[in-house]
Amino acid sequence: MLRIGKLPIALFAGFIIIFPWVAGKVPAIGNYTDIMVFVGIYCLITIGLGLLMGYAGQISVGQAAFYGIGAYVSAILTTRFGLNPWFCMFIAVLITGGIAFLIGAPSLKLKGHYLAMATLAFGIIIFIIFNEEARWTGGPDGMVDIPGLSIFEFDFDSIEKYFYLVWSFVFVILIFTINLIQSDTGRALRAIHTSETAANSMGVNVSKFKILVFVYSAILASLAGSLYAHYLNFINPSTFDLFFSIKLLIMIALGGMYNIWGAIIGAGIITFLSYEWLHYFEEFEVIVYGAILLVVTIFLPNGLVGLPGMLKELFVRQKSNE
Amino acid sequence: MTLRKITVLSTICLFAVGLLAGPALAFEGSYKVGGVFSVTGRTSFLGDPEKKTAEMLAEKINNAGGINGKKLELIIYDSEGDATKANLAVRKLITQDKVCAVIGPSLSGTSMAVVPLAAKYKIPLVSCAASYKIVWDDKESKARKWVFKTPQTDTMAVQAIYTYLKKKGVNKIAVLSVTSGFGASGRGELLRLAPGYGMKIVADEKYGPKDTDMTVQLTKIKGKNPQVIVNWSVGPTQVVVLRNWKDLGMTSIPFYQSHGFGSRKNIELAAGAAEGVYCPLGAVNVSELLPDNHPQKAVTMQYMKDYAAKYNEPLSSFGGHAWDALELVADALKAVGCDKAKIRDYLENTQGFVGQHGVFNFSADDHIGLDKNAFQMVVVKNGDWALAK
Amino acid sequence: METITFTGQVFQYLVTGITVGSVYAMVAVGFNIIYNVTEIINFAQGEFVMLGGLIMVFLHVAVGLPLILAFPATVALVTLVGVLLDRLAINPIRRPTVLSLIIATIAASILIKGTAMFIWGKDPFDLPAFSGRDPIIVLGAVIQPQYFWVIGFLVLIVIVLTFFFERTIIGKAMSACADNPDAASLVGIDVKRMVLLSFALSAAIGAVAGITMTPISLMEYDRGAMLAIKGFGAAVLGGLGSFPGAVIGGLILGVIESLGAGLISSGYKDAFALIVLLFVLFFKPSGIFGNIEISKIKRF
Repeated sequence: MLRIGKLPIALFAGFIIIFPWVAGKVPAIGNYTDIMVFVGIYCLITIGLGLLMGYAGQISVGQAAFYGIGAYVSAILTTRFGLNPWFCMFIAVLITGGIAFLIGAPSLKLKGHYLAMATLAFGIIIFIIFNEEARWTGGPDGMVDIPGLSIFEFDFDSIEKYFYLVWSFVFVILIFTINLIQSDTGRALRAIHTSETAANSMGVNVSKFKILVFVYSAILASLAGSLYAHYLNFINPSTFDLFFSIKLLIMIALGGMYNIWGAIIGAGIITFLSYEWLHYFEEFEVIVYGAILLVVTIFLPNGLVGLPGMLKELFVRQKSNE
Repeated sequence: MTLRKITVLSTICLFAVGLLAGPALAFEGSYKVGGVFSVTGRTSFLGDPEKKTAEMLAEKINNAGGINGKKLELIIYDSEGDATKANLAVRKLITQDKVCAVIGPSLSGTSMAVVPLAAKYKIPLVSCAASYKIVWDDKESKARKWVFKTPQTDTMAVQAIYTYLKKKGVNKIAVLSVTSGFGASGRGELLRLAPGYGMKIVADEKYGPKDTDMTVQLTKIKGKNPQVIVNWSVGPTQVVVLRNWKDLGMTSIPFYQSHGFGSRKNIELAAGAAEGVYCPLGAVNVSELLPDNHPQKAVTMQYMKDYAAKYNEPLSSFGGHAWDALELVADALKAVGCDKAKIRDYLENTQGFVGQHGVFNFSADDHIGLDKNAFQMVVVKNGDWALAK
Repeated sequence: METITFTGQVFQYLVTGITVGSVYAMVAVGFNIIYNVTEIINFAQGEFVMLGGLIMVFLHVAVGLPLILAFPATVALVTLVGVLLDRLAINPIRRPTVLSLIIATIAASILIKGTAMFIWGKDPFDLPAFSGRDPIIVLGAVIQPQYFWVIGFLVLIVIVLTFFFERTIIGKAMSACADNPDAASLVGIDVKRMVLLSFALSAAIGAVAGITMTPISLMEYDRGAMLAIKGFGAAVLGGLGSFPGAVIGGLILGVIESLGAGLISSGYKDAFALIVLLFVLFFKPSGIFGNIEISKIKRF
């Protein structure tokens, strides 16, 4: 829970702004811009999930469901009703938020394992619905010819344009979330994470905050889903399966759940592993993810972001032993 | 040690050897063709033989001197059956690897995810997947300009089955399908074409792709008293359903599978439950049974020999789709070189192309090129295929 | 061909439901054993079932060991995996929190799944039925002999476990750990060893489930997750921690799933068990035999 300063954000913004230009110049990493679009989309989800897990201390093993609902609502409203994609994105956010509220209210009364299982079950049920309700969702065939995004006459029809679009979203959400963390709401969340009973006795409405964060994380996932649908112009249920929910957990665990940069770092590493670096080791992909998750849980509970802190602590301890 | 482990280790060794050994043949330049297949993942039974076939064919072409003296450079990426990965792979092939054309993907889902890219980057794409939507834009009611495909559609498979059933005097059928893209599409066609062949569908049951027990669905079907059961699925479920059918003592009701059943391995896995089961298959599966004057006899026999010689395993029906796709592209490259628009036009005007799964005749409206004659009705007899009478 | 009456159909669904429910019950029992001693929900429980099936295929079909030898050998090997799971994934966590333990077992489950995929590939594998495939027809429904093996082993496991936990010293020690680990260690019970034992036992039971169900519905590398979730549903339905609850919960869940798929919608078959799970979690988390007060005292 560090004070998140303006310098890292500015530096990161600079990195993002020049990235497509750099990638365009170096042939070996030419397709990295494309991958970074997905990193950006996943960051939207992980920022929300990280907030839920790291700050509010709740777990969701079904986040793919909200990602999917956002994607499908956008797809259905734009292809079957011809509505404006931005408007549909907004509607998707409302619907996903509403569903999150309905599911969150009873689920968040549960603790630990029960909550994990409830979100897991919910995620799978939504996945089955995507597959079954073919009249709306196209079933396993998915939905095709989803329109792209455009503002007035400007079409986001190239990889670079979509890259900037997605990352603009990410930065807006990043700054908003950081402000959230540093506000009274953030303090309340941290209190809840440390001890629900203590927070309760201090007058913090625990359930209200838990549901708030849960809905917020669902809304971010919904935005990500809509952006995904309009980028690929095609969606099908297999994208939103249990394994994706678990991959999101791996991103958070690897990056570090107690820090918002962890969400971004984790999303970045796992996405690149997934789409680029593990290409030669396809057979081992699942084993690698399992191993990463296990190693991180045992040895790096604060994720990569917590590594400098851990090393410092080790160093201090070494010094004091001398 | 499993075959997979051996494959991985030997691939690493071969890679090392390949690095050391220099190029054996001298080519002046190369034609790059990209391929995306679901080599690993749930549908590796599709992508793996497709990749193997494509590589075998490329090697054969290069050993014979290449295409007009140029090397055929095949770059294959694994979509792992994932739409996003397929999309990224095709984008990479187009923008980074700068290929002349793309073959694959293996699945309808992954194909739909890359179809917009073909139009956006104006590059010909020859898919190895089943759904007609890959090449046909329903909204605009016309063929997608830059996309072709080599597999027969389920429409043709259903037509082949219904034609045969009608000939046998059947008019009451039960439909069983898996809730995957393949199953849903097939089921749609079975329902749509039924009235035209005088078929009454008395039961319409579904099951999931990971289901391991269909006794419930079969029991329901039993209650409706059909003359014949038609099952539409691909992968392990088509075997499980056969075992359930046998275990429930329903073998007096003839069982028809989809063309997804096309692999001797399925007969093996069914442990005797596949005996007497019918399915429509492309010629490539029954090359030995074809009469000598069958137009596809020569190419299918050759493919069977080449594949067995190189990989020491029986061929798979699906590998044939990749053979057709790559051979079509190679033909086009030979005629017009690496000009994407010209390749597209050449493909669209191809007529009488003898492939593994049929004789192709493309046109501006038809980017599939086949009809129901691309299927032979086959029955399992004594653990192997036999032509159904 | 003789038609089947509606009663016959329903009876068939019941038979299928009880058989598949027995598998869920065995998974649920496995959950309970670990939960009772450690209060951890082992997300990798389903993988033990999967491994049981696949390893048995390897020993019995590939290597050719006779059934009577392959069965215990498989159980032993899967038990070993359970032990490794505890030693390598659970034990090393220095400051166990709910979150980290959940994630650790999820990690273990995908590791095991990935390894299985690497070794066996993605194809499903078959086992010959223990006593043949000649069906028994009762009331128009077809019963495979293998169904009796599955149900039979469930009964056997329940009897053995009840005896173990109530009559043997080790069993009683394990129960003590479940109630109060601190008190247990004060009286000299090695809590860590009990935890290890609970994982071993759960793995063994999972293996039995996998071995007995494979002749019916084949086995492949990724069957574990759904089995785990449904097994958990059974455990929660019956009341987490209760053995009779696990058995009753499993059977009920299996029958609901079977009837739902048969009478309502076969496409939603998997969803029925999950909906039941959500229902129980939302409205009566203590389940049928559970006790609300006790579940509140539990640490997690």
